[in-house]
Amino acid sequence: MSTHGDHQEMSFWRKYIFSQDHKIIGLQYGITALFFLLAGFTMMMMMRWQLAYPGQPVPFIGGLLGEDNAPGGIILPEFYNQLGAMHGTIMIFLGVVPLAVGAFGNYIVPLQIGAPDMAFPKINMTSYWAYFLGGVIMMVSFFVPGGAANSGWTSYPPLADIATMGQTFWLFGMIFLITSSLLGSINFITTIIQLRVKGLTWMRLPFFVWAQLVTAFLLLLAFPSLEAAGVLQLMDRLLGTSFFLPSGLVVSGQILEVSGGGSPLLWQHLFWFLAHPEVYVLILPAMGIVAEVIATNTRKPLWGYKSMVYSTIFLGFMSFVVWAHHMYLTGMGTAISAFFQTTTMIISIPSVVILTALLLSLWGGSIRFTTPMLFALGFLPMFAIGGLTGLPLGLAAADIPLHDTYYVIGHFHYIVAPGTIFALFAGIYHWYPKITGRQLSETLGKVHFWGSMVFMNGIFMPMFVQGLAGVSRRLWDAGEQYAHASGVLWTNEWMSISAWLLFVFQLPFIYNILRSLRGPKVESDNPWQATTLEWATTSPPGHGNFATPPVVYRGAYEYSVPGHEADFLPQNQPEKG
Amino acid sequence: MNHTAHDVGQHTKTYLYIFGALAVLTVVTVAIGYLSLPIGTAVVVALLIASVKGSLVASVFMHLRSEKKIIYWLLLMTFFFLLALFILIIASIYDFGGTPNVA
Amino acid sequence: MEMIPYTVEIREDTGLNNAKLGIWLFLASEVMLFGGLFSAYIFLRIGAVDWPEGSSILSVPIATFNTLVLISSSVTMVMSWASLKTQNFDRYRLYMGATIILALVFLVAKGFEYSEKFSHHLYPSSSTFLAIYFTITGLHGLHIIGGLIVNGYFLGAGSKMWATDPERFTNRIEIAGLYWHFVDLVWIFLFPIFYLL
Repeated sequence: MSTHGDHQEMSFWRKYIFSQDHKIIGLQYGITALFFLLAGFTMMMMMRWQLAYPGQPVPFIGGLLGEDNAPGGIILPEFYNQLGAMHGTIMIFLGVVPLAVGAFGNYIVPLQIGAPDMAFPKINMTSYWAYFLGGVIMMVSFFVPGGAANSGWTSYPPLADIATMGQTFWLFGMIFLITSSLLGSINFITTIIQLRVKGLTWMRLPFFVWAQLVTAFLLLLAFPSLEAAGVLQLMDRLLGTSFFLPSGLVVSGQILEVSGGGSPLLWQHLFWFLAHPEVYVLILPAMGIVAEVIATNTRKPLWGYKSMVYSTIFLGFMSFVVWAHHMYLTGMGTAISAFFQTTTMIISIPSVVILTALLLSLWGGSIRFTTPMLFALGFLPMFAIGGLTGLPLGLAAADIPLHDTYYVIGHFHYIVAPGTIFALFAGIYHWYPKITGRQLSETLGKVHFWGSMVFMNGIFMPMFVQGLAGVSRRLWDAGEQYAHASGVLWTNEWMSISAWLLFVFQLPFIYNILRSLRGPKVESDNPWQATTLEWATTSPPGHGNFATPPVVYRGAYEYSVPGHEADFLPQNQPEKG
Repeated sequence: MNHTAHDVGQHTKTYLYIFGALAVLTVVTVAIGYLSLPIGTAVVVALLIASVKGSLVASVFMHLRSEKKIIYWLLLMTFFFLLALFILIIASIYDFGGTPNVA
Repeated sequence: MEMIPYTVEIREDTGLNNAKLGIWLFLASEVMLFGGLFSAYIFLRIGAVDWPEGSSILSVPIATFNTLVLISSSVTMVMSWASLKTQNFDRYRLYMGATIILALVFLVAKGFEYSEKFSHHLYPSSSTFLAIYFTITGLHGLHIIGGLIVNGYFLGAGSKMWATDPERFTNRIEIAGLYWHFVDLVWIFLFPIFYLL
């Protein structure tokens, strides 16, 4: 690569905007993803207003929503549907995954394997800009006639086939995002397989790198099926084909004039073939971050490192054969449903192995209750609640009554919100000194953690109650018209207040990040006294990462090794004598 | 890969043989198409010929017959997932009971 | 810090350079992309009330001709790489030129086939069979165009690398070749599925 090795000054554009340095690209991903998380969060807060106080004008920002969406600040059902679809899309495809994979993966993985950069820097840059464009297309879609996509983040046809123009934007946006993911995953896998430094054997890799490797394989092999499905839906919408439209479909009292012969089930198969592995794309990097933070802050090796690695690989494989447990309601036959119920029960085992290993890693440790550690510790019970409430959903008999209720919303939000997002916060607090050379305030961090912990549960715990009472998860008015909902709808106000307070408790976090940029420098390149390679270079690392390629002598988590003065042995420290 | 000039000369010959084989198989599969075999047999025969042609391209033109282990593992894994997609979708249609493509 | 390792040279434990692994990963995802579309074909066909015989709608002779064209282009592609291996740059240009011309012939024939269908008012919206036919062959055609652009670059501006870094240039042609053979391979399956069955 011509850009490496020459030390002449690069222009601002080459250095910060169209950079090919994995660290800059990682930061670009991170900053963009945090903005999208904020956007998705804002949409959620508007929806929560509507659910708590149906038909009342949204305060503060109600007037900005436009007369087509919210006349007089009162959210219309059509606009509520847009918010719902786009909240899911933005949070998953533009927020959490780009932050977990694009940002942390890009910044940390090459450092942890001792590489000078990613294997394909130009492709890395392309993948960020494809993501950025996809995001722009998604946001622009709010301003087209009919507004943004409004058929749910799953875009189920026939509804999505005949929806307004926003759906077409959604599909084009997705194609950019999928391209970005594919390019990124090729880069990650090649980098991890090819660019490990001398001595860094497979079983010496930090668990975070393993998690990213399996994640990249999931993105590589599962995403194309959504790309295929997206192309088919575009054909349906733009060229009038009937891939997802059965013969004789009646819309608004009239038989649709199409050739027919398609099936909405085809979309669901192709969509969930991606979207179930996508669940593990959301959770595996989070587990990786938590493993790093726990090992560093307990000052002892991870308990059961190898079983965690094997579980992760097994999890990756199994995630391709469980997808139809999202489709029990479609009239699926009993034999195939039995198959998917079985695989779903099996896939819960490796998750439990990993979670158990992380929990047992705490046993007997000299735990430092730093902010990243608090978030990592918070992750464990939150993910456990999310995982355990998922088991009934894996069994058709329990899933059928629960599937369309708030129970499902509660379940997967426990996995992604207080689960994955807590792990991402842990990662930000853990690696901020690496990235900036400065430390975040611990006091503000603890305020952030405890506030988030309380109000995350304040939002999502009542959803299980509503769901078990049978409240549908798709209603604009929260279910006021249904007698069976009347006993539990009072929780909506509490959930919404929790949501807004959760926002308030993110303010110290934002302030902390900005203020600490001007804070005092950390004295050491390795402030947490960690063992993995990213701490063996300067903070922040210079162009090319390491002055000379490091050599690795031992496993990733050699903490408190008997007979050594310090309680940590960096991977690159040569054995004495 | 360290091919000598002699090796490449050998390869060139192989490439031409493979071209001949592919051309013949193309003509054969078209000819069989005109026989109007029962659909089940026709599918099996046509896909069999296509698979033979595909393996020739992959193993010779794409050098898969002398590729590294890691590539084999990657492709094996990919085909495992591909088969899972095909088989489970087909199984779910037959288990559905009735044709899903009519509302 | 030096350049990224294993850009040209081979890593000992994997036996590969970066680009070789990268292109195979890309092709694996392409297998899943076309696999997803093929599974759509299977799904639609099994669930269909009736399914037309391909040869009654589509032109088998044109497709047979196109199959032979693509197979030939695969041979010229691999020969262009073999020419570089024997340091024969002129022969490389000849074979690469031939590959590009064959790809153009394929596209022209395909375009003729499409316009023939349109002139008989057969559009993607006409039936599920035509819908999936146009989608998959259209996507395949886009892959041909992509390959054309890459190959055109390596015949033109990109071939300057032969003078500065011949080993890396030869690797690039091998990588482009792997992609091109894959596009050929997809067509080998498309052909019987749409035209003969």
